[in-house]
Amino acid sequence: MSDVAAHEHHHDDHDHKPTGLGRWLFSTNHKDIGTMYLVFSLIMFFVGGAMAMVIRAELFQPGLQFVDPQFFNAMTTMHALIMIFGVIMPAGVGLANWMIPIMIGAPDMALPRMNNMSFWILPFAFAMLLATFFMEGGAPNGGWTMYPPLVTQLGEGFPYLIFTVHFLGVSSIMGAINIIATVFNMRAPGMGFMQLPLFVWTWIITAFLLIASMPVLAGAVTMLLTDKYFGTSFFVAAGGGDPVMFQHIFWFFGHPEVYILILPAFGIVSQIIPTFARKPLFGYESMVYATAAIAFLSFFVWAHHMFTVGMPLAGELFFMYATMSIAVPTGVKIFNWLATMWRGSMTFETPMLFALAFVILFSIGGFSGLMLGITPADFQYHDTYFVVAHFHYVLVTGALFALMAATYFWLPKWTGHMYDETLGQAHFWLSTISVNVLFFPQHFLGLAGMPRRIPDYAVQFTEWNMISSLGGFAFGLSQLLFVWVIIKCVREGKKADEQVWEGARGLEWTLPSPPPFHSFTVPPKVDASVAHS
Amino acid sequence: MANRNVNKTVRRLLLATVLMFGFGYALVPLYRVYCDLTGRGSNRVITAADVGNEVDRARLVTVVLDTNTRDIPWTFEAESHKTRVRPGELSEAVFTVENRSARTVTGRAIPSISPVQAGIYVSKMDCFCFTEQVLAPGESKAMPVRFIVDTDLPERFSSLTLSYTFFDVGENKALAANPS
Amino acid sequence: MSVRNMKTFMGALSSVLLLAAAPAWAEYALNLTEGVTPLSRNIYDLHMTIFYICCVIAVIVFGVMFWSIFHHRKSRGAQPAKFHHNTTVEIIWTAVPILILVVMAIPATKSLILIESTGDSDLTIKVTGHQWRWQYEYIEEGIEFFSSLDANSNEARQLKSGIDPSQIDNYLLEVDNPVVVPVGQKIRFMTTASDVIHSWWVPDLGWKRDSIPGFINESWAIIEEEGTYRGQCAELCGRDHAFMPIVLKAVSEDEYYDWVGEMMMVAMEAEAGADREWTMDELMAQGEQVYGTFCVACHQVNGMGIPGAFKPLVGSPIATGPVEDHIDVVMNGVAGTAMAPFGMQLNDVDIASVITYERNAWGNDMGDMVQPSTIAAMR
Repeated sequence: MSDVAAHEHHHDDHDHKPTGLGRWLFSTNHKDIGTMYLVFSLIMFFVGGAMAMVIRAELFQPGLQFVDPQFFNAMTTMHALIMIFGVIMPAGVGLANWMIPIMIGAPDMALPRMNNMSFWILPFAFAMLLATFFMEGGAPNGGWTMYPPLVTQLGEGFPYLIFTVHFLGVSSIMGAINIIATVFNMRAPGMGFMQLPLFVWTWIITAFLLIASMPVLAGAVTMLLTDKYFGTSFFVAAGGGDPVMFQHIFWFFGHPEVYILILPAFGIVSQIIPTFARKPLFGYESMVYATAAIAFLSFFVWAHHMFTVGMPLAGELFFMYATMSIAVPTGVKIFNWLATMWRGSMTFETPMLFALAFVILFSIGGFSGLMLGITPADFQYHDTYFVVAHFHYVLVTGALFALMAATYFWLPKWTGHMYDETLGQAHFWLSTISVNVLFFPQHFLGLAGMPRRIPDYAVQFTEWNMISSLGGFAFGLSQLLFVWVIIKCVREGKKADEQVWEGARGLEWTLPSPPPFHSFTVPPKVDASVAHS
Repeated sequence: MANRNVNKTVRRLLLATVLMFGFGYALVPLYRVYCDLTGRGSNRVITAADVGNEVDRARLVTVVLDTNTRDIPWTFEAESHKTRVRPGELSEAVFTVENRSARTVTGRAIPSISPVQAGIYVSKMDCFCFTEQVLAPGESKAMPVRFIVDTDLPERFSSLTLSYTFFDVGENKALAANPS
Repeated sequence: MSVRNMKTFMGALSSVLLLAAAPAWAEYALNLTEGVTPLSRNIYDLHMTIFYICCVIAVIVFGVMFWSIFHHRKSRGAQPAKFHHNTTVEIIWTAVPILILVVMAIPATKSLILIESTGDSDLTIKVTGHQWRWQYEYIEEGIEFFSSLDANSNEARQLKSGIDPSQIDNYLLEVDNPVVVPVGQKIRFMTTASDVIHSWWVPDLGWKRDSIPGFINESWAIIEEEGTYRGQCAELCGRDHAFMPIVLKAVSEDEYYDWVGEMMMVAMEAEAGADREWTMDELMAQGEQVYGTFCVACHQVNGMGIPGAFKPLVGSPIATGPVEDHIDVVMNGVAGTAMAPFGMQLNDVDIASVITYERNAWGNDMGDMVQPSTIAAMR
């Protein structure tokens, strides 16, 4: 990563970049902080991935071979918490840090010191969360959804879980405020809102979702804390509370959270497909409106996660219709991407391959999502492996694939070196094939009746679990190749020019690769050749 | 210039954050309102003055009386498991509790009505679930519930369940949970 | 290079998979069960309808995409067009999905209304979820019993048990006391829980319902075919969430009433048993059974508990201390811990026998006996 900074920059009216550990600890530079976010999420990806390997190893065959059921529950819980809050979200914020200023022609983020703080909270928060493994009662094992009363049965780790969630909330809200403040106030002259690259647009909307939903989660977990230690009874039936109320509050946060994870991915794909189709994005305005519509609707569908708690008929119908309606703006996005490809002049470098896989596989996740939204059918699907298959299609082949596409897409810009295209494509094919071997059979398992979050299962589920586990191991191993491609690119990749991709448009591609430590200290001119609409 | 604008944006966003945190807590009373409207955990109270004299003689509604105890050394039973009532008529169901332990226990009954939507059509005039109950060792007590099923109850609810769950809410329980 | 290698790799991979899977290949299922109730068939039809609609959409959308990927590629000399807007198309692809959704929503709404029409029933069964077993109460008949994972599965499912699960009949899907119901009658299932949220799910009935402490939920079923239907707890409820199955036996009405009579006899015998003196052997045998149902999940088969989570009974101050304390803990539980009060769940014989068992098993050598009459006197 030191190569990122190895480049001598042109604007020497400012200081030279600091060196050594202090550069990273006290960094206020959006590129360095972006790099730290990305590296952090890559590390956490392997921590969370290792837990997934434990899960798949235990599920390889029936019977308990490796771990105690309670440790297994800790694995599923921690895997989810780490992958959501430690991988997808920080990676998204990292990309935002790196790309938003250079996409809108700003010299840096609006609040550089807060930027530093919001990053450094993360390692501490996750150290605290991981420390619970060594406490009495073990790591959180009641599911990442933290439903009471089960979650309050957790031992010493309980307050640590709650405070970790608080810290993660503070970090991501600070990140969100920073992003909004930057985009609202620091755009280069001539860069109107409707000239913003779509990645920036999706991030503004995501940032608003964060500000609206993370505090609600913070409130919900605070109530859990006071219920356990201070005698309140928000969720304790004996005291007149209602455990189901937690689910309502949690999912009021939880559903927007799903879009917090996926909207930046929509943005990334909307940058990549036009680049490699060599054709402007189809329906820019409708993309923006569709994204906003999805975000807005996401606040009215939360109860579809809890159809089985026993709701009045009217409630079930309302949440079913609202959920189905999200398919409309999501469909618009898919069709826009198709129309962008249509009559383009496509090439298929690694970022494009990942983006295309995203469109197809995310759509599959969308179809199963639509099925899950149909209340009567959900009475069967709910809490089975069908749900597991659904959200992994959306989050792994959706959000994660988009992040990988983004990495390949912008890596030459960040490092000034091209990655190895052959290795990149090998990584793509290995990942895409293994991820489907991993998750597709889980649809069958769920429909055939296998509940989720179980360490052991009846023998008729053996075959598909074996296949799924093999796919899982292959997918896990394939990601080592990803790390190798990155390291190889940083160390010995061919020099990249500023344009990098033939079809690339936008301010970030007018900067040298890698961009100087301080870029756009003088606002650039924005004209039709770089603006997006 | 840009700095002042940034500060303004940040202040607004921070305010929004604080408001949303408050909103999380505001969901608690909002949820109660939702429950009152839909009938979940419904505990509608009426007084004798509210009892009308309009009785639907044409209908009989089955009411299942369900009892549960949680972590409390009491027996808790309904005198009969089922009763049939006419909408609009004041009906009574009798429950008995007995403290089978050697200590004085304070219990509290949480009501629940099923199907949820029917909750808004049931009103209670007297219920042991309005207050905490204290039973001495070995003491037993008959506790009536007097309730009215609304005449507006839709036809599709031909059967209702009134369910009560007694929890131990006594001092020693609370102390053991919070050893401070 | 990569494509050919990939093909070889996939070939190898799939043959490995088939080999590994060969022994029990025939048993797997791919799709939702159609089930045996009007609701489950209704939901199955709905599921298939949505599934086919999704397939058609997928074929069209992905077809267009692949056609484009194939034809509009630079290597085939495609020149990029310049268009980036077309209002007509955009209106169409907003309107058409809305129509499709409405088409899906109509049957979905109908079946939801059907599911929520509980109404009067012939039979009411209350299902209470406990960590980690189910309790069934037949409201009209007054029958009440617990249903736990059966002993064979329970032995095989222990960590590194070395027992091959495929040798166990209905591994993890067998219980000691199944729920018996008559076919053709409308059964109302009321669900609730004693500790945490569970979810009662038999796929063949077509639904699952959460069982929530302090609240009661209801659903219904008319089972149309005799048979044994199996299900599991569907909501994560702690350590042994995977090990609290449901077995539902649907029998003819005659058989059902025979069973009811039998259950009532058993209950009467148990009551009678409380009055007589029991021998050590009888108490130990009965105690082992009770222990296997109610205590084993936490305190383990060997009485060693789980360090850091559940206390051991072997040599414990309770199990090898004064018998009064032991009885008190079993009957009233220990507030603030996972030890629940069993005084209300178990009858005198069960409490007496399980305490006797705990005091004389695994090398706990107290030699004393607790008689059911002692328990009765302490109530």
